[in-house]
Amino acid sequence: MTWSATARGAHQPDNTAFTQQRLPAWQPLLSAGIALPLFFCAGLAFIGLGLGLFYSSNGIKELEYDYTGNPGTGDCSVCAAKGQGRAPPPGCACSWSFTLPELFPGPVYLYYELSNFYQNNRRYGVSRDDAQLSGLASALRHPANECAPYQFRSDGLPIAPCGAIANSLFNDSFSLWHQRQPSDPFVEVPLDRTAIAWWTDYHVKFRNPPLVNGSLALAFRGTAPPPNWHRPVYELSPDPNNTGFINQDFVVWMRTAALPTFRKLYARIRQGNYSAGLPRGTYRVNITYNYPVRAFGGHKLIILSNISWMGGKNPFLGIAYLVVGSLCIVMGFVMLVVYIRYQDQDDDDNDDE
Amino acid sequence: MTVPKEIPEKWARAGAPPSWSQKKPSWGTEEERRARANDREYNEKFQYASNCIKTSKYNIVTFLPVNLFEQFQEVANTYFLFLLILQLIPQISSLSWFTTIVPLVLVLTITAVKDATDDYFRHKSDNQVNNRHSQVLINGVLQQEQWMNVCVGDIIKLENNQFVAADLLLLSSSEPHGLCYIETAELDGETNMKVRQAIPVTSELGDVSQLARFDGEVICEPPNNKLDKFSGTLYWKENKFPLSNQNMLLRGCVLRNTEWCFGLVIFAGPDTKLMQNSGRTKFKRTSIDRLMNTLVLWIFGFLVCMGVILAIGNAIWEHEVGTRFQVYLPWDEAVDSAFFSGFLSFWSYIIILNTVVPISLYVSVEVIRLGHSYFINWDKKMFCMKKRTPAEARTTTLNEELGQVEYIFSDKTGTLTQNIMVFNKCSINGHSYGDVFDVLGHKAELGERPEPVDFSFNPLADKKFLFWDSSLLEAVKMGDPHTHEFFRLLSLCHTVMSEEKNEGELYYKAQSPDEGALVTAARNFGFVFRSRTPKTITVHELGTAITYQLLAILDFNNIRKRMSVIVRNPEGKIRLYCKGADTILLDRLHPPTQELLSSTTDHLNEYAGDGLRTLVLAYKDLDEEYYEEWARRRLQASLAQDSREDRLASIYEEVESDMMLLGATAIEDKLQQGVPETIALLTLANIKIWVLTGDKQETAVNIGYSCKMLTDDMTEVFVVTGHTVLEVREELRKARKKMVDSSHAVGNGFTYQGNLSSSKLTSVLEAVAGEYALVINGHSLAHALEADMELEFLETACACKAVICCRVTPLQKAQVVELVKKYKKAVTLAIGDGANDVSMIKTAHIGVGISGQEGIQAVLASDYSFSQFKFLQRLLLVHGRWSYLRMCKFLCYFFYKNFAFTMVHFWFGFFCGFSAQTVYDQYFITLYNIVYTSLPVLAMGVFDQDVPEQRSMEYPKLYEPGQLNLLFNKREFFICIAQGIYTSVLMFFIPYGVFAEATRDDGTQLADYQSFAVTVATSLVIVVSVQIGLDTGYWTAINHFFIWGSLAVYFAILFAMHSNGLFDMFPNQFRFVGNAQNTLAQPTVWLTIALTTAVCIMPVVAFRFLRLSLKPDLSDTVRYTQLVRKKQKAQHRCMRRVGRTGSRRSGYAFSHQEGFGELIMSGKNMRLSSLALSSFSTRSSSSWIESLRRKKSDSANSPSGGAEKPLKG
Repeated sequence: MTWSATARGAHQPDNTAFTQQRLPAWQPLLSAGIALPLFFCAGLAFIGLGLGLFYSSNGIKELEYDYTGNPGTGDCSVCAAKGQGRAPPPGCACSWSFTLPELFPGPVYLYYELSNFYQNNRRYGVSRDDAQLSGLASALRHPANECAPYQFRSDGLPIAPCGAIANSLFNDSFSLWHQRQPSDPFVEVPLDRTAIAWWTDYHVKFRNPPLVNGSLALAFRGTAPPPNWHRPVYELSPDPNNTGFINQDFVVWMRTAALPTFRKLYARIRQGNYSAGLPRGTYRVNITYNYPVRAFGGHKLIILSNISWMGGKNPFLGIAYLVVGSLCIVMGFVMLVVYIRYQDQDDDDNDDE
Repeated sequence: MTVPKEIPEKWARAGAPPSWSQKKPSWGTEEERRARANDREYNEKFQYASNCIKTSKYNIVTFLPVNLFEQFQEVANTYFLFLLILQLIPQISSLSWFTTIVPLVLVLTITAVKDATDDYFRHKSDNQVNNRHSQVLINGVLQQEQWMNVCVGDIIKLENNQFVAADLLLLSSSEPHGLCYIETAELDGETNMKVRQAIPVTSELGDVSQLARFDGEVICEPPNNKLDKFSGTLYWKENKFPLSNQNMLLRGCVLRNTEWCFGLVIFAGPDTKLMQNSGRTKFKRTSIDRLMNTLVLWIFGFLVCMGVILAIGNAIWEHEVGTRFQVYLPWDEAVDSAFFSGFLSFWSYIIILNTVVPISLYVSVEVIRLGHSYFINWDKKMFCMKKRTPAEARTTTLNEELGQVEYIFSDKTGTLTQNIMVFNKCSINGHSYGDVFDVLGHKAELGERPEPVDFSFNPLADKKFLFWDSSLLEAVKMGDPHTHEFFRLLSLCHTVMSEEKNEGELYYKAQSPDEGALVTAARNFGFVFRSRTPKTITVHELGTAITYQLLAILDFNNIRKRMSVIVRNPEGKIRLYCKGADTILLDRLHPPTQELLSSTTDHLNEYAGDGLRTLVLAYKDLDEEYYEEWARRRLQASLAQDSREDRLASIYEEVESDMMLLGATAIEDKLQQGVPETIALLTLANIKIWVLTGDKQETAVNIGYSCKMLTDDMTEVFVVTGHTVLEVREELRKARKKMVDSSHAVGNGFTYQGNLSSSKLTSVLEAVAGEYALVINGHSLAHALEADMELEFLETACACKAVICCRVTPLQKAQVVELVKKYKKAVTLAIGDGANDVSMIKTAHIGVGISGQEGIQAVLASDYSFSQFKFLQRLLLVHGRWSYLRMCKFLCYFFYKNFAFTMVHFWFGFFCGFSAQTVYDQYFITLYNIVYTSLPVLAMGVFDQDVPEQRSMEYPKLYEPGQLNLLFNKREFFICIAQGIYTSVLMFFIPYGVFAEATRDDGTQLADYQSFAVTVATSLVIVVSVQIGLDTGYWTAINHFFIWGSLAVYFAILFAMHSNGLFDMFPNQFRFVGNAQNTLAQPTVWLTIALTTAVCIMPVVAFRFLRLSLKPDLSDTVRYTQLVRKKQKAQHRCMRRVGRTGSRRSGYAFSHQEGFGELIMSGKNMRLSSLALSSFSTRSSSSWIESLRRKKSDSANSPSGGAEKPLKG
């Protein structure tokens, strides 16, 4: 519209660095003086770190045993066969024996590993109700829709804890026995099963619903356990600080894995005679085989490992650092050569002129 | 002859779209309009629009629905709405709805706020206008009435300096003869006064009671947008009176020098010509826009492909694994087969992968362009002190296109030249006056002028008028009758208005500056035009006031190219005075003596050769009877309803014949400041400049020389003047043959086939050696623009360095632009100042209007406006170049960061059963584009500079990447995409490799999903931040703040989102509680992030370093030198362009053979071609500059050869 036509007789634009685009600025240029040292330094640093990582990873001991129970793989195959792809009858036990010729330095950690188990499937991952798990009474009775089909039992009772993750709680259990000399009796190695979950999970994210008359069982009255469970959630452990939603195993399980193959901490071995590690001798792990995985081609492993400053055994990181560091050095040399040759040419050009 | 500067019907046709047709009343097309004065009831029958105007689009109630409706017409917004709907379906919702709705709402809000502000201002101006008061005659009484309540058929009283409220038929006025004066600046931008006159019968209705009884009925044309035409008839007292535009006062005009006047409202509100003309301008898109849209479509295709791949993956997975995994994860009830699951997963993946085309892209682009527009508006170096006009980016959407211009189409008058006319020479009765002679009688050169002629004898003389040839004044004083008649003509035959504020202080308001110059000349030589009434003209002839009776004005138009007046002098003799274009007028003369004709023609040629604008003057005596009879016929013709114009034209034609030649005038057209330098610089920047002018060939060529578009060392200047198709074709063919032959002679091995159709031709001609120029005439151009010849013409013209089209009509201007646009795929820019440039300005990719000149039509139609042609170099080479650079860098980075961000989901799909699980937290997805990564890239897009502004002027070659589209094209896009995908691969697989078996340092599991998400997200934010750091070439404090700030904000938000407090409030929304502190405390995580960053960034650094060493761009080179020089503390910064002519005299008044030719011979003009490099004075440190210079001089256009080897030491 012409009413608001051009601004005539306007004021002169402000003469500021901003409006005139003259703001003081740092104008970095990727010169040889920056790029080459960057590459060499980065290369050296990476190689150094890589070596450190590689050796500390190599220093870590790991023992693992696949107890899935595929036919012909030890006595767990009996349990597996009993279940025929479903859960075997409760209490089916098998074991794994191994011998340590020398001290397995501690602290030693006992893990179970599942493979081909898709905890990271979207539908699986959302099938939980964090409000319920945080102890909200209302959510206890009204689980979130995401939990379906493990939201309500067929008789209409809300399931607590609801959802596919809780329903599929890993329920094998392990105990470790040690025999110092072939003739000695097996002594049970104390497994420290506390604090295997994150502090924040145990203290913040997971909370039991308010007790009713001092009883957790009453608090959970009117809810049903997930269909796969044999006992209600408040009976997961006799320890009142480890039962209900704050059961450590449960909390660990509820922290879903990023990848289809994952290991989860079962126990630490750091008590009594075993605080320095597992002394040499024969060991037996008694396994209560409850958890079916063969139906979907999964595997169950039991792992004993110790750790270093950077965590468990992790050869990838060290090797990757070494490779990247070497590549940086190589690239730095290439760049140096290019730069020098180029400079020579330039000098020649100057001579010509 | 003067160039027709105002050809409104042309621009109205070619330029403004007939927007009024959209505003047709719903009851059908109005065929004719009837309005009866003082009869509201009668007029109400027709339901004419009221005088209430509404330019606003919304009101408070309709704003939300209408604005949303408009916004959702944008494809992008609809797409995101569609995504939102998808997300509401629980089976496929892979992301919470807020990941889309937050950005969408943000975008919609920003746009809505902008629209609302715009509309608020429109409301305000509407209200202000609608509530203006005017005096309306209601029931015989004058009443104050708001404008919006004025109706068709009302009679309004206007007072001096009031705005006209509606389109009025002038009934009577305070001035005699119903005359009134108006200023039409708001309407057509012309600041001079115009006269309107009431028809005689109504002009007597002086007082209210008479007017209240007036019941005439007007029947006229329906509303239209032609500002200069009106035809209608007044029926009153059983008589018919013809009405024309002369009787109309249009809305938007201002009444001047008239105490009061009465008018009858004919058109009101939206029907007024002003409103009919305010049609919306065509929406222009930049080539980057178009490319962006294509790329976005490709990305959609890519997205669908990814979706399909993952959906197939999902179907296979569900079939192979999922069915068996149902023990722990049963299928949804609705899902009965793996195939259906795949189908659902397709949509889920469409949702999570949609961030490859983020909604914020479009908003960010708009923000960046807005920023660039502000920089243009704020630029002090584009502010004209004299006219106090800043440069103005009137469109905010075209900035980066300014960096890609290849063709400039320039108007001449008012653009290259100042449109200040100076009466310079004249030829009277075969004698030429005006040459400057020195004492010895030689023609004097510039700068050694003697004293100007002293006009002190004349108290009414204009002090500013300068003339150097005193012999003319002597001739006047001697009483030479021819000279007297000559100046008498100049003082009578014009349409200038005079204003005398104080006695003797005359101000002329002229329609064209030529007229002003001529009347002023006559004034100083003693024939002072003092005042005029519609029927008389008073002239002080050498001190005596003589009043001539004005019988008729045969006005100027661009077909007639002449104007005449018929006057009766006090003795009663009737005489016709005519001035006009030589070509026209010389044919209409009474055969004069051969001697007079030939000497006048010689003078005319000489003047034209000097680049002066010429007019021929002639007169004719008419006898009383003939005039009476002619006047009668003229009246008849003017009453005719149909083809009135034609009839009048033929009647005018008849009387303007057999005239006596009086002489000729020559007016100098002054060049704008800095034009030659600008043209030289733009030419060095490889921009081709075509001048399209309405001027005659000689003048145009001369301007060409004076602006250094044409130079004497050009191989040849082809002139095409053929009148027939064949001639034109032949001339074009010859020109091409010559160019090709000479390149043969140079021996660069091109073979030329005679046939034209071959596409090789273009390539041959592109590589023509030598510099050529083409001058083509309007009538030849008409043939050349025909469908079968346009290609030939285009090829010939594009092979030339400079093209000048003379005598072109506004329509042809647009056609030429269209032609180049159509075939050359190049960005065109049209620059002009007048209404005749509007069509060209609207046609070109970028239209630039010169503001502060004769009119604002061009400015209103333009995309950019400023007041001096020389600012064009800054607009293109600095602002345009930076805008292009910034936009390209912005887009590259934007696509990169979104691919890097999104494609991680794709890789993760292979490990999560293709279940459309996102890698990141949903809040991260929501905020990534709008918070974590938006500001640094915006800062780069707004502030980045590669070389300082003065360097882009010094090295015009820096402009070339834009023209060649090098910085962002499909190839660059794929490189960005590839880099993004590469980054995404590493971003997923390195953490994957680390996490697969890792445990934390307290032995617990590390590879949980949430830690993985936090690790990937953190490394992504760090990698893209480092990348933007690498891309940012100009780290201002703002960039620092945004980049570091973004990182800080990322961590702050991360910790806040993972805090206990939020979880306690919304446990289901903030599931990542405690994650940040747990994960980021792990050394492994940081080692992973460091590794990822290094692997993603190091190759980029290496690649850039190698490119910088092996194949540096010119801009890299310039930057490098800059750096080196800064270090050396710049010993020599002198030798700036000193002594650039301070004089603004164009220097084309003397012929180029004498002035310019000598300059070339002396080699002084070499400075021009090396102007680009003038700031370097020493060779010692700059051997590469020499090679650059060499490269320029051999004009090969390889952008950066191996000649420059800057990186050393």
